[in-house]
Amino acid sequence: MSQLQVKVASIQDVSAGVRHFTLVDAHGGELPAFSGGSHIVVTMPAPGRTYRNAYSLLSSPEDRAHYEIAVHRQPQSRGGSIYMHEEVKVGSVLDISYPVNLFALSRVAKHHLLIAGGIGITPFMAQIHDLERLGGDYSLHYGFRSREHAAFADALKGRVSQRAVCYDESLGQRMDFDALLRAQPLGTHVYACGPQGMVEALVSTARALGWPEHHIHSEQFLAPPVGEPFTLKLSKSELEITVQGDMSMLEALEAAGVDAPSLCRGGACGRCELEVLGTDGELQHHDHYLSDADKASGRKIMPCVSRAKCGYLELNL
Amino acid sequence: MSLAFKQETFRDDYTFRNSPEAIRRFPFPFPEDQYMYSVNIEPHTAGPKGAVTEFTLDVDEHYVAECRDKAITLEQDPGRCASLPHMMDAEWDFLEFTMESLARDYPEQFSLSKNGKAWTWINRPLGIEQSFVFGDAATLPMGPFEYMGRQVQGDFVLLDQREDTLFADAGIVTSQADWSLAFNVGMSWNEWHGPVPQVTKLGVMDRALKFLMSLQQANPVRRLNWTMTINPRLDTSPENYPLWGGDRNKVNEQNAGELAHLRVELQTLFRMPRSNAIVFSIRCYLISMQEMATYPRWAKRFHRVLRDLHPDLVEYKGITKYQQAVVAWLSRFDDGADIGTGTQPE
Repeated sequence: MSQLQVKVASIQDVSAGVRHFTLVDAHGGELPAFSGGSHIVVTMPAPGRTYRNAYSLLSSPEDRAHYEIAVHRQPQSRGGSIYMHEEVKVGSVLDISYPVNLFALSRVAKHHLLIAGGIGITPFMAQIHDLERLGGDYSLHYGFRSREHAAFADALKGRVSQRAVCYDESLGQRMDFDALLRAQPLGTHVYACGPQGMVEALVSTARALGWPEHHIHSEQFLAPPVGEPFTLKLSKSELEITVQGDMSMLEALEAAGVDAPSLCRGGACGRCELEVLGTDGELQHHDHYLSDADKASGRKIMPCVSRAKCGYLELNL
Repeated sequence: MSLAFKQETFRDDYTFRNSPEAIRRFPFPFPEDQYMYSVNIEPHTAGPKGAVTEFTLDVDEHYVAECRDKAITLEQDPGRCASLPHMMDAEWDFLEFTMESLARDYPEQFSLSKNGKAWTWINRPLGIEQSFVFGDAATLPMGPFEYMGRQVQGDFVLLDQREDTLFADAGIVTSQADWSLAFNVGMSWNEWHGPVPQVTKLGVMDRALKFLMSLQQANPVRRLNWTMTINPRLDTSPENYPLWGGDRNKVNEQNAGELAHLRVELQTLFRMPRSNAIVFSIRCYLISMQEMATYPRWAKRFHRVLRDLHPDLVEYKGITKYQQAVVAWLSRFDDGADIGTGTQPE
């Protein structure tokens, strides 16, 4: 896959635990345009292992001079967000993927209802540039724990105060999904990005109200959970690889030099799907891609975020 | 690279011919004696010098004549270019993509200069110079998609990605192998692949769709497809069937070398940046049996492929009426020798 090389032009702490990075092309050229909702995968060459995390682009998609991302320091980080916070400085050079959009605005929607929780505001920051440019009809609802966690509330206030509603949980302000969804005109698409509980509540409320499945959009990038070590047996390449407890299967495959495809690395896109041939334990699915039936079949697994509680797992790879 | 553009026609008197150089670079699609439908997608990386895959978009000796033929078809039937209203970002993506590719790969023929959003495009083979404002359709003589679609060989479909599938929501289609843009525009992936035989049960189309949905910017892919056409005609559309359908009854063992053409489509797919749409390019290459037979290895190979083709595919590709005549014409080149695998001419 083609990669881009970028240099960190500036770093700002925008709210509690959230660091904002401005990236420019390392060779002084233009960066590719993108569509609002896109993310990039940043490669972080830590000593002994390489992390690759997806971050939404929050800058204007038309701005070819800069990309901007915001990284929330995850309390239970395996190392990716800590690396971004501690190791990456102004002037650091990073390899990133081309922008990929798994959270695109529907271009046939009559109205866009954007629901952001915490750091989940980032893809919407870019999308509202597109909506403003295209004259799209939208409203944005942005919830955060308290003022010091409201990374982009002030920026929004200046730009689109007519269309943005902020909810400060510390003041007891909460979104009422049921009321909000009921009030939408026909042809509305809803988009949710934020903590898992919020996204799941929104999606299930919309389904219960009979919203068409294709009008409900959500994005969550999962970090691979920590588990117990196990052994991968690869039937085609006849290799045995140990997956350490704090490593994903995909990372273990890559570290062993196995050519395994991947894209979002967060359980959303489906690109890394592998066929399971057997195991002496049980699969632990964490992705948002496979259907419940696929997960129950025990024949498929997404190695970017899922793992197994077992001695060995045999893959058709 | 210098290109000598030929004066030739793809209708009426059919003066289209390939030069020896064009024959040599023909994208012959059969690596084996047996053909079965497959998705055969590979990365669209730069091929060897002179190959049809050397550059992002291939411009060859037929460029000027093909653009002229496309203009005739569009004049007779403006419905061959269609674009739904939500595709305007994709239209500008397409314009930028084609202009930048051509200017970069063929600097003697094309140039693009930008001053902010004020752009100037020069197409020397077609004698065009156009200044316009990127993003402002009123500064072009027609929509950005049609404007550049007329200046590139081949057909183009713009695919919008939504609802877990791809919709063919814009197209400029003047050299199609018997399918209709007016019929297909707005259709989803499964709707327009419904008629392909032997594939749904294999799950081939579902896998191809999943692959294309994760197509990335700067990582385009390609595949070859093929059919046959009588006379070197680009516009074999269902709308104009009365103009070409009857020619299929005129083929016999004596004239098959001249009349029958292998029609190869180089299909390429590119992810666009602003719209997240996919550009699906279908570039048609024609070669008569006579021209093909200047390389006996190709004639032997195609003889075997055509002779043993699955009856469902013979029917789907519309070659039932003249299959036997072409097989008979080609049989003189086939001594039955093992020619190994690979698509090379010699």
